[in-house]
Amino acid sequence: MTVGVEWYLTLAAALFTIGAVGLLVRRNVLVMFMCVELMLNAVNLTFVSFARDLNDIGGQALVFFVMVVAAAEVVVGLGVIVAIFRRRAGATADDLHVLKG
Amino acid sequence: MEPTLALAATKVDALTFVLSAVIILSGALGVVLARNPVHAALMLVQTLFGVAVAFVAQGAHFLAAVQVIVYAGAIVVLFLFVIMLLGVDSEESIEAEPLRNQRPLAVILGLIALAELLLLGRQDWATGAPSVVAPLTGPAANIEQLARVLFTRYLFAFEATSVLLVIAVVAAVSLARRASAEPDLDADIIESSAAEDAANLEAAVTERQGREPEVTEQQGREGEVAAVGVGRGLANGGEPPPPAPEAPPAPEAPAGGIEK
Repeated sequence: MTVGVEWYLTLAAALFTIGAVGLLVRRNVLVMFMCVELMLNAVNLTFVSFARDLNDIGGQALVFFVMVVAAAEVVVGLGVIVAIFRRRAGATADDLHVLKG
Repeated sequence: MEPTLALAATKVDALTFVLSAVIILSGALGVVLARNPVHAALMLVQTLFGVAVAFVAQGAHFLAAVQVIVYAGAIVVLFLFVIMLLGVDSEESIEAEPLRNQRPLAVILGLIALAELLLLGRQDWATGAPSVVAPLTGPAANIEQLARVLFTRYLFAFEATSVLLVIAVVAAVSLARRASAEPDLDADIIESSAAEDAANLEAAVTERQGREPEVTEQQGREGEVAAVGVGRGLANGGEPPPPAPEAPPAPEAPAGGIEK
């Protein structure tokens, strides 16, 4: 327990920041999706760190649920991406402005 | 506790942390910086493995296994599958910037958010009552503790996730299915292929007639029927049709197309 929880939380904060910046910087929809996965993993790491620090299994149970939701989200999101790219070529998010008012 | 003593006591823990941090951060930077989406996906695998190492270092053994199996195994494979489906050559252009100064602003905002996170956490990282759900330390193994909590306290949430997975499957199928608003396209394809078949049949018939110029009119008609029969026989699996004159009459060309 001597590698304190704050080490892992700092690491998770850095990982979350990289994912958020990548989501804002990249244009490829698939890579943006991967950056969302990075942020989800950062939060999972935070949950596990707190679970260890507070001596509570609830954090790990929540990570389990986050993983399930992430899997469902990836399936639906990739289905949407495939459905979009069946109609138009090009992998940039800026081209998808059909709903723009 | 003294940090020097702590480090000396748990050199392995610190080494594990540093290794996993290097793996995680380099992989995350690779995801963001890689031009090729395939490279980004492989870097994502590296990050997920690093997170699994961090899970093991913190005693979450079951979650580490699930991380490797589900994330690195299933989700990244799904990503790679979609990348290959949509084309790997879709590299994005860095120069095109529809929103002015979006990228520097994004980096600045990210650094501000990181500083905020670290400053907020500096005072007291972990607050809360310990061991509310169930204690992590105990005689039972990690997976047993997790299962006990999942099937007692979080049973409703667990069942809800099964419903969520079913909904996701249905959504994926209905999204990936060819939309029903495009039957006209299919009809066009069938018609064009039927017309093509008719043209091919006609060409075969005329070729055969040209090769046998000495046959009488009646025999020529028989040859035509036989040629049509050859076409049907090939469509039916390559069986040569009987050369009897009472062969069935030539089918309509569209019927042949649909049969094909």
